[in-house]
Amino acid sequence: MEKILQMKGITKRFGNIIANDKIDFGLNKGEIHGLLGENGAGKTTLMNILYGLYTPDEGEIYIDGTRVKIRSPNDAIELGISMVHQSFKLIQSHTVVENVALGLRDTSFFYPHKQIEKKIKVFSERYNFRIDPNALIWQLSAGEKQRVEIIKAFCRKARIFILDEPTTMLTPSEAKDLFRLLKLLKGEGISIILITHKLDEVMEVCDRITILSGGKRIDTVDVSNVDKDKLARMMFGQNMVLKERQEYSINFYEDVVLEVRNLTVLNDKGLPAVKDVSFDIHRGEILGLAGVSGNGQRELIEAITGLRKVTRGSIKILDEDVTNIGTKGILNRGVAHIPEERMRMGIVPSMSLEENVILRNYDRAPFSNSLLLDYGIISEYAKGIISKYRISALNEKVPAGTLSGGNIQKLILARELSISPVLIIASHPTQGLDVRSTQQIHELLLKKKEEGCAILLVSEDLQEIMDLSDRIAVMFNGTIRGIIDIDRANIEKIGSLMVGV
Amino acid sequence: MLEKYRNLGLSFLVVILGLFGIYLVSGISPYIMLKSIIISAFGSIYGLSETLTKSIPLMLCGLGLSLSFRSSIWNIGAEGQLLMGAIGATWIALYVMPNAPKLILIPMMFIVGAICGGIWALIPAILKVKFNLNEIIVSLMLNYIAIEFVNYLIYGPWKSPYEWGFPYSTKFPISAQLPRILDTRIHYPTLILALVLAIFIYIILYKSKLGYEIRVIGDNIDAARYAGLDIRKIIILVLILSGGLAGLAGVGEVAGIHHRLRVASGISSGYGYTAVIVAWLGRLNPFLIVFVSFLFGGLLVGGDAIQVSLGLPGATINFINGLILIFVLVQSFSKIRLYSTKKGAER
Repeated sequence: MEKILQMKGITKRFGNIIANDKIDFGLNKGEIHGLLGENGAGKTTLMNILYGLYTPDEGEIYIDGTRVKIRSPNDAIELGISMVHQSFKLIQSHTVVENVALGLRDTSFFYPHKQIEKKIKVFSERYNFRIDPNALIWQLSAGEKQRVEIIKAFCRKARIFILDEPTTMLTPSEAKDLFRLLKLLKGEGISIILITHKLDEVMEVCDRITILSGGKRIDTVDVSNVDKDKLARMMFGQNMVLKERQEYSINFYEDVVLEVRNLTVLNDKGLPAVKDVSFDIHRGEILGLAGVSGNGQRELIEAITGLRKVTRGSIKILDEDVTNIGTKGILNRGVAHIPEERMRMGIVPSMSLEENVILRNYDRAPFSNSLLLDYGIISEYAKGIISKYRISALNEKVPAGTLSGGNIQKLILARELSISPVLIIASHPTQGLDVRSTQQIHELLLKKKEEGCAILLVSEDLQEIMDLSDRIAVMFNGTIRGIIDIDRANIEKIGSLMVGV
Repeated sequence: MLEKYRNLGLSFLVVILGLFGIYLVSGISPYIMLKSIIISAFGSIYGLSETLTKSIPLMLCGLGLSLSFRSSIWNIGAEGQLLMGAIGATWIALYVMPNAPKLILIPMMFIVGAICGGIWALIPAILKVKFNLNEIIVSLMLNYIAIEFVNYLIYGPWKSPYEWGFPYSTKFPISAQLPRILDTRIHYPTLILALVLAIFIYIILYKSKLGYEIRVIGDNIDAARYAGLDIRKIIILVLILSGGLAGLAGVGEVAGIHHRLRVASGISSGYGYTAVIVAWLGRLNPFLIVFVSFLFGGLLVGGDAIQVSLGLPGATINFINGLILIFVLVQSFSKIRLYSTKKGAER
């Protein structure tokens, strides 16, 4: 097999985090090569290095056997590498032709659009799909926009296509069309790298698969030699040595705190992200919600916390229907929410620590009367929180954005737990935190469980889910694939449910 | 704290660079020009009184804008809101209750002026929360509508029969004219109102529930959503307050200085736009805005003076204002960018 691309020993660090650790990656001419891994496995970093967006700290890149240095996307395009990003880089108010023309070199001086229009026509005839060259981008569907990106790459005479999670925005039939197109392109000798965490996709279109996990390359395999189970194990199981948990027993009360029935929720694109989901959480129970991110967990959480509208189905808290009553109403019924993106949503970085501590109940006594806030009481309260939750900060007046990630998370947790919740929604509560902060946060959650809180724990970290949960629900493609009691759960079982096997 | 003063210092450096640019074009020494500006604005009792007079509308508009900018709502419509306030006051003074005693008439003019300014700002607010229209465009365009509306009134239905055809409204009755300090043009009730409102706005921003909500929305709208804030309600409230304050400035101008409605450019020499610079240069802090208003009042007075004494075009001072605005904006936006990249790295 002719090797078109070789990446050898690629290492990339961001501060203390090693995003890519001595990764070797090879691409044959005319193959579709899947790059598989969880979020944070290092797929995107590796491809950004290939596309010239990052420079690697160590390692070499060879194209057609010659060593190259790729300093910018311009270099990459020059070398015949093109990338189709997850969010399309198209100009909404321009036509397809104009977008394809952007950055194209060898166009004629007179009437360049005629020439490009012809190219697009040739391309769409050859690969048998319709696209109107004079349509404006904003009028197109996601699938059509993606085709424009592919045409762009094609017109630049790219030999290596990188597609970053190409099916996230597509409907199933659009995805099918895309795969058909990719196979045709492959037949023409174009090499394609498909970044994904969806096993079905790689099994369907790829020739070979490279699995990354935790910034390391686990293996490169031929599709014919593996099945989904094996891939799932490589994605999730390889580096995981499960600690023994003291007792694998379910223990919680009978009474239901959260009751979700036949819930359907749409994502930002208006496609169903949560499909007919039902489950209960009981008093004193931690329900772990496992799943590869992007399978509807975020939308589910947003629906339960009132941030997203429920299209169908119902949510009950302590037997009271709270469907679509809004964030404030949910909060007032004692639901704490530890949000996924703590910097984006959890704090107001420029405001002081004390002002952040009261973010969820600033409008209640004793912090405020009908008009004014009582900063004396707020300061005292914040001081109490800082010492109780061991938040390291100079004082309660410093801007919250100056705290470290772990302390910000403790601040959010402290704030959420202080409303005496009946239900805690914890979304990736320890993501990116050091061991000690993680430990502290786990202890807090377990303590709340003992006090009788119901907890929904969303995490990609299976170890965390296995350590804390009483039952584990696995989400895949918008549905809950199964709810397993902890004493019958094992990593293989969960891993294969996570990838829809 | 230190940074605040450094920013102020740097901004004045830009003024000086701008002056040098003017020297290159006009051949007038920046030293003489600067001296002339400072002496005419701050060097005499008359100059100081004019400076203070011109700082009053800047204070009111700037304070209003600070509320809006603090919540990341970009109200560029203070000019139009000011003019609507002037129209409201004129309406009350000439057509609704011209015979009312001073103690009733003047407060009514301020109240109705504030309401008119507030309603003018309510238009972009509603279009924003209902249809997600950009408030910058809407509020800016409404300025031109307000300008033409004033001109329509004084050339049309409100044109005075006693002014020999000049585009003026009838002169306000004495009971609708604000008292002034001695023979200056300082209409002190408006000045006192502005100073009291500066304190009031400080309390709103830093001590009240509304101010807390404004700052949360302004800094992180996702956190505001997460905390369950009623964002639409607050946007509407903030814009009404912001427009109301600009409306008060308009009342002060017609009741304190002109005693009639006249062409829009006569009532406001771009106070609503200059107030944008004032608000940013004052770092959206009410007390700093009062101080910066005074400096900019001086700049306007000095601008008039160098027109007369040095024969420079009237646009010279706009040129300097523009330079300062660009500088201030670049600075605050580069800061925002720095901050968000830091945030990105954290993730």
